[in-house]
Amino acid sequence: MNSWTMYWRFVLISIRAQMQYRTSFLLSAFAQLAATGIEIAGIWALFARFGSLDNWSLAEVCLFYGVVNVTFSLADALSTGFDVFGPRFVRTGNFDRLLLRPRNTVLQLLGHELALRRVGRLIQGVVVFTWACMELQLEWSPGDIGLLLFAVGGGIGLFFGLIVCQATLSFWTVESLEIMNTMTYGGVQTAQYPMDIYQPWFRKFFTYIIPLACVSYFPIVNILHISDPLGSPAWLQSISPAAGIIFLFFSLALFQFGVRHYTSTGN
Amino acid sequence: MSKTTNIFELLRAYFAVISARYRTLLQYRAAAFAGFVTQLFWGAIRIMIFAAFYAVTSDEQPMSFTMVVSYVWLGQALLGILPWNIDTEIAEMIRSGSVSYELARPLDLYNFWFCRTIALRTATTTLRCVPMFIVAVLLLPALGLDGWAMQLPPTWTALLLFLVSIFCAVMLASALTMLMHVALIWTLSGEGLNRIMPSLVTVLSGNIVPLPLFPDWLQPFLNFQPFRGLVDVPFRIYVGDISVAAAFPDILQQVFWIVVIVLLGRWLLTRSMATMVVQGG
Amino acid sequence: MPQIIVEDLVKTFQVAERTPGLAGAFRGLVKRSYRSIQALAGINFVLQPGELVGYIGPNGAGKSTTVKILSGILVPTSGRCEINGLTPWLDRQRHVADIGVVFGQRTQLWWDLPVIESFDLLRDIYRIPAGRYEKSRDELIDILDLAVLLDMPVRQLSLGQRMRCDLVASLLHRPSILFLDEPTIGLDAVSKLAVREFIKRINREEGITVILTTHDMDDIEALCDRIVVIGNGVIVSDGTLANLRHKLRGERRLKIEFEGEPEFNEPDVRIVSREGRVLHLAYYPQAVAATELIARITARYRVKDFLMEHPPIEELIAQLYRDNDIDQSAARTRRQTGLQA
Repeated sequence: MNSWTMYWRFVLISIRAQMQYRTSFLLSAFAQLAATGIEIAGIWALFARFGSLDNWSLAEVCLFYGVVNVTFSLADALSTGFDVFGPRFVRTGNFDRLLLRPRNTVLQLLGHELALRRVGRLIQGVVVFTWACMELQLEWSPGDIGLLLFAVGGGIGLFFGLIVCQATLSFWTVESLEIMNTMTYGGVQTAQYPMDIYQPWFRKFFTYIIPLACVSYFPIVNILHISDPLGSPAWLQSISPAAGIIFLFFSLALFQFGVRHYTSTGN
Repeated sequence: MSKTTNIFELLRAYFAVISARYRTLLQYRAAAFAGFVTQLFWGAIRIMIFAAFYAVTSDEQPMSFTMVVSYVWLGQALLGILPWNIDTEIAEMIRSGSVSYELARPLDLYNFWFCRTIALRTATTTLRCVPMFIVAVLLLPALGLDGWAMQLPPTWTALLLFLVSIFCAVMLASALTMLMHVALIWTLSGEGLNRIMPSLVTVLSGNIVPLPLFPDWLQPFLNFQPFRGLVDVPFRIYVGDISVAAAFPDILQQVFWIVVIVLLGRWLLTRSMATMVVQGG
Repeated sequence: MPQIIVEDLVKTFQVAERTPGLAGAFRGLVKRSYRSIQALAGINFVLQPGELVGYIGPNGAGKSTTVKILSGILVPTSGRCEINGLTPWLDRQRHVADIGVVFGQRTQLWWDLPVIESFDLLRDIYRIPAGRYEKSRDELIDILDLAVLLDMPVRQLSLGQRMRCDLVASLLHRPSILFLDEPTIGLDAVSKLAVREFIKRINREEGITVILTTHDMDDIEALCDRIVVIGNGVIVSDGTLANLRHKLRGERRLKIEFEGEPEFNEPDVRIVSREGRVLHLAYYPQAVAATELIARITARYRVKDFLMEHPPIEELIAQLYRDNDIDQSAARTRRQTGLQA
């Protein structure tokens, strides 16, 4: 059976399993909606007091906010298998069972669960984004829409890659990895605001090492049809989300290296 | 059971948790270091975001940027105090049902658990705040980043009041955590409540955005609600935004809410234990 | 044509040492020390297709390590291993497509799904053609009597029911080799018998090679033509049960029930244990013939009943360890460092 057909089977089963615990799912989704809603409330409060963020308006910031939250919630939902990899697979020895199956381990982990409760963050991301679009009265050319989808795709690649890195680290250390949470949640927090407000060293880290700016700031600046305060050319803005995909490939390669280590040292 | 034995039991409960937590924290040194870096990172982000907000404004703000910087670093150093998590052993005890064996003495149980909770709230913080202070107060100015550094309190009195207030904050946070523990007994999906409460508490405490920066029309409400005793009161005493004179009523307010929430927790615990008898444990 | 070839397999683990207590934890911040543990010190054996082999040894001896290497999920430090012409850890997906593995403690089924859906998922994972799948599945369900369980989620099954389902799951893709790790652990007597019957049947009728690791000596006695004993990382015995008995002293057992409780004193025979009127005796057939011994005893005492028996297998194994200086407590220490062996 084709790998993707098998993946879809896994997804359907995962969804059905989650629906069995409907109250828990609704509660989780609502809790996440509330938590993220509180965040945007905080941003709104600050804008109410200060008026603008270094020449960016609330609506513009909401555009950045909406995109990164939608992107992250999708990546979060897809990568659950890798997110729980340390405690659920390595520490329990359940990873052995995946190795005993004649299938790619990455595919099996992808199919472990599609976490529907992430929809809480997804919903508020979409709402905020929609409001921002209306407020800014954006006109969407096909190129803009394409770039937006590219940015979201690249962003999913980036965040997914970060969670894969977190999973890879769990091959070496037993304790769960706060440093990776810094990258993921910290990354979301960072990308909610336009990158040009940060210090140069910080921006460089999130452009060249973890290409967060490439999947949020640059494409959105392009969609806003404004000239970049950081001075990037338009063509670069259009292709920069590719960095997220490249990052994903690097992470997956690192994961394979981790698997080799695991089978050599026998966890 | 004599009163003295009780106190020793309580102290032992406290130290048992502290020691276990310390051991875990020290054993997993990669995680400990990573946690520290994380806090520095979050502090840096927050400061940069505030800097961008303060950059364009020319109006007089309730809190100066320098104050906000110290406020943010303080928040990172003392993050463990906030009631974000609960004691896993207590949770397990409740989930497995063995808590029903304690039906005879729910109030003693409250005290016992309270001491464990204080340890939970202080363990990570006591270890992390030392390196945080070193970096934020000493290292940053040494690197020429004065604008980003954490300042010391303006006066010795302010420092003293800060310490008193932080002590109250720990007590308040422990009382709130105890509510979460009791919620687990009260309803099995007290878990739902426990997931929503931390976010709510964190915002209202002033940890995300300092409360004075919220819109003016919200200030009366914000100045009264209990959660400001967790962050808003102690931190603003530290940076001097709450003057020495104004500190006393605020500290009294902390104490007031501590008493209310402790009493609420004790009452709920007794009630839920009683319900457990009716339902058959 | 040998199916499984194991040659000089060596596996060494590095284990971090932790000093206990709070002081140790502070020290651990600065320095970490490591210790080498040799789980396998060079093992050799060859299996022909269709064999049913018992693989036994104390905990920490190297059983699990061997099984992990043979199933391809652990890479040895040195040595050679060839199964069906492949090196397990180098050709993982091809190799595991042709083997089945059952762990006694952990199920491979999906916890929240009905049993039949777990089977269907495995069909997709192993890419089993529909017709072949239905035939295997229905046959196996029939033999193990699982029809009533098919719609129940796995979490609701008893241990015995789960084990039977795991056995089916491991055979749906018709592997040529089956690894069973403690399959009867924790099972009630009826389930144990069912599982044993099943293993014997698939081995005899389908010719599936079976490697069984177990602590249950009744399993061994009931099932295994061949027993491989591992201790301290080396093979200490490899052959049939009869062979094993013969290798070790060859003591025979005699159980006699007397009328009354006599003072028993006989040359050439030692008393192993006594329960009131029943005496368990041991003797060497080389020193005294069974017939002579029985004649002598029945002449001198009033015998109600007697039974000739072999020493229990546990004693054979225990003696084997003694003879090979296998210290069971050393093996236990290995276990405590967190190693599964």
